[in-house]
Amino acid sequence: MSTVGTTAPQAVVASSEPSAAGTPWLLSAPALMLFVGVLVIPLAMTVMLSFHDWGQYKGIEPVFILKNWREIASDPYYAEMFWRTFRIALLATAITAVLGAPEAYILNRMSGRWKGFFMLLILGPLLISVVARTLGWALLFGGNNGLVNKLLISLGLINAPLPFMFTETGIVVALAHVMMPFMVLSVWVALQRVDPQIENAAMSLGAGAFTIIRRIILPQIMPGVLSGAIIVFSLSASAFATPAIIGGRRLKVAATLAYDEFLNTLNWPLGAAVAVLLLVALALIVVGSNALIERRYAEVFR
Amino acid sequence: MSFLELEHVAKQFGSQTVVDDFSLAVRKGEFISFLGPSGCGKTTTLQMIAGFLEPSRGAIRLEGHDLTAVHPARRGLGVVFQSYALFPHMTVAENVAFGLEMRRVPRSQRAERVAAALAMVGLAGYEARYPRRMSGGQQQRVALARALVIQPSVLLLDEPLSNLDAKLREEMQIELRQIQRTLGTTTILVTHDQNEAMSLSDRIVVMSQGRIEQIGTPQETYERPASAFVSQFLGKTNDFAATVDRTANPARLVAGSWQAPAPVAVAGPVTISLRPERISFADVGLAARIVSRIFQGNHWLFQCETECGPALVVRQNDGKPQPAEGEAVRLAWRLEDMSVRSSGGAA
Repeated sequence: MSTVGTTAPQAVVASSEPSAAGTPWLLSAPALMLFVGVLVIPLAMTVMLSFHDWGQYKGIEPVFILKNWREIASDPYYAEMFWRTFRIALLATAITAVLGAPEAYILNRMSGRWKGFFMLLILGPLLISVVARTLGWALLFGGNNGLVNKLLISLGLINAPLPFMFTETGIVVALAHVMMPFMVLSVWVALQRVDPQIENAAMSLGAGAFTIIRRIILPQIMPGVLSGAIIVFSLSASAFATPAIIGGRRLKVAATLAYDEFLNTLNWPLGAAVAVLLLVALALIVVGSNALIERRYAEVFR
Repeated sequence: MSFLELEHVAKQFGSQTVVDDFSLAVRKGEFISFLGPSGCGKTTTLQMIAGFLEPSRGAIRLEGHDLTAVHPARRGLGVVFQSYALFPHMTVAENVAFGLEMRRVPRSQRAERVAAALAMVGLAGYEARYPRRMSGGQQQRVALARALVIQPSVLLLDEPLSNLDAKLREEMQIELRQIQRTLGTTTILVTHDQNEAMSLSDRIVVMSQGRIEQIGTPQETYERPASAFVSQFLGKTNDFAATVDRTANPARLVAGSWQAPAPVAVAGPVTISLRPERISFADVGLAARIVSRIFQGNHWLFQCETECGPALVVRQNDGKPQPAEGEAVRLAWRLEDMSVRSSGGAA
C-alpha cells in the first residue's frame, strides 16, 4: 500500500534529489544490521547445522545430509516428544483462557485501589525467578514430603501422594501458573475497548447477566483471549526451565531435548534439527491461527 | 393520573448527595428534558429510572406500579446512550433485533419489526452493516431504532446528540421530535444544551447541584425563570445593579440614568435582569457605549459598556441602520420584560 501511495511524489523528488530513494534504507541500516547479525545469521547457521553429520568420535562434519531429519521423521520417540510438547502447551493455554478471562473481567470491574493490588498479584509469577517458583510447587506437591500431599494424606482423603513432579500434569499446572499474566493482560486490554455502557444497554433491552456475558462481552473480548492464547501457546511450547525442573530427565519436551542434544550428547546437528522443527511448527501454528482470528473477528478488531 | 412519577427521589454516593428531593410527574406521551450543567445529577436521575442505579430514597412509579422493585431487564424502557453503546460484533439488524430476541419474538416477526424500525430512522438497506462502518449520525439512528423497536413505555435519551456536529444535531433534533410525535412515546431527554431542550421538549426540568430549579414549558422557563441560575443557564441574561428611590413619590427604580416607577414589592439595592433581545436603542434610558458589534446574519450582537456594567444587546437585522462601534447610545426596555429581585438574596 505504501509503495502505491508514494510512487507519484517520489518520481518528482527523485529527479532533483537522487539520494532520496536510498534514505529510508540508510536510516534503518543500524537496526537492520543488528537484526541480521544477531537473528538472521545465527538462525541460518542453525538451519545449516541441522543438515550436518555427527558421530561419537568424529564430531561435527560440515556436509549436507538428511540424516538428522530422517531420524526425527522415522523414530517415534520424536513424534511422541513433539506431540507431548504441543499437548502440554495446548492444555496450559486452555487453563489460562478458562481462568484468565474471568479473572480479567473481574479485575476490570474492581475499583482503583483493589485493581492495583490484584494486578500485582496476577503479575506475581513473572516477578519470581522460575527456579524459586518451580521449587515452590515441588515443596507443595513433591512426593511424600510435599505440604499439600502430607495434608491430604493425614486427612485421609488420599492414600498415596498426588503425583506432580515428573508428570505432564505438573508441567501443565506450573506453566499455566506462570503464563496466566499474559492471558489476563491480553484480555484486559480487550476489555478496555468495550464500551462501559454496553452492559447497561443490553440489560435495558431485556438481557440477563448470563446472556450479557455470553452474547455481548465474550464475543468482544474473544480477540483478546485468542491473542493471549497465541502468546501463551508459543511461550509454553518453547518453555525450557519449567519442563526441565518439573519434568526432569524423564519427561522431555522439544526445548529440553534440544538442550540435551547440544550440551549432554553433544550431537549439535540433531539438536539443531529439533530446534528448527519446533521453530517452524510454532511459526506455522501462530501465523495460521492469527490469520484465522483476524478474518473471523475483522469487525471487532477494527 | 400521571404516567411516570418520581417522588422525593434522592441518590447518595457515600456522603455526597448527587440528586436530592427530585419530584416529577410525567404525563403519557410527554417529552421531558432534564437540563443542567454537567454534574447536576440529570444523568444519575435517568439511570435511576432505567434501573442502572438504585435511588437512596424516594419512589419511582410507572402507571402506579413501583418501578424500583422491577429488575432493569424487565422494565421495558428504551435507552439511548451518549456513546450509543451499540454491539460492535453484531450487524445493524442484529443490534436492533437483540431486544426482540430477548422478548422471544418469533423470527419472522422480528425481521419485519427490525425493517420497520430501521425504515423509521431512515436506515432501510443498512441491515447488514457493522456499526463501526457507519458515521456517528447513522450509529445514533441505529441506537434509536434499537431502543424503539421494543415499543418501550418510556424512552430515555442520555445526551444522545452531543457527539454529533452542529448541523447534524439540528437535523436529528427535528427527526427525533417527529418520531416521538408519531409514536407518542413518553420520552425523557438528558441534555446540557439549552437549545436542544427548548426545541424538543414539552416541559423542561432545569437542574443544578442535584436539585430541581424549575419545571416548566420551554417558554415559561425562558420568559419567567424561577431563579438567577435558570435565567443565566437558559440563554443570555443582562444583570444591572439598581436602587429603589423611596424619597420620590411614588418610589422610583433607578439604574444609572434609566428610571421607572418601582414595583411595590421591592426595596433597597436590587438587580434587574433582562434578555439581550428585549433591549432596544432609544433616545432616553441607560447610557452606554458600544464596545463591539458583531454581525451574525439574521441579527446583530452588541457588546456595550453601560453605567451599570457590561451589557449584551441583540437586535434583529431588519435592514435599518445600526449604531457603530464606539458610539454612545441609550438603552431602554419595556417594564414587563425585566425581572427585579433584591440583590444578595438568592432569587
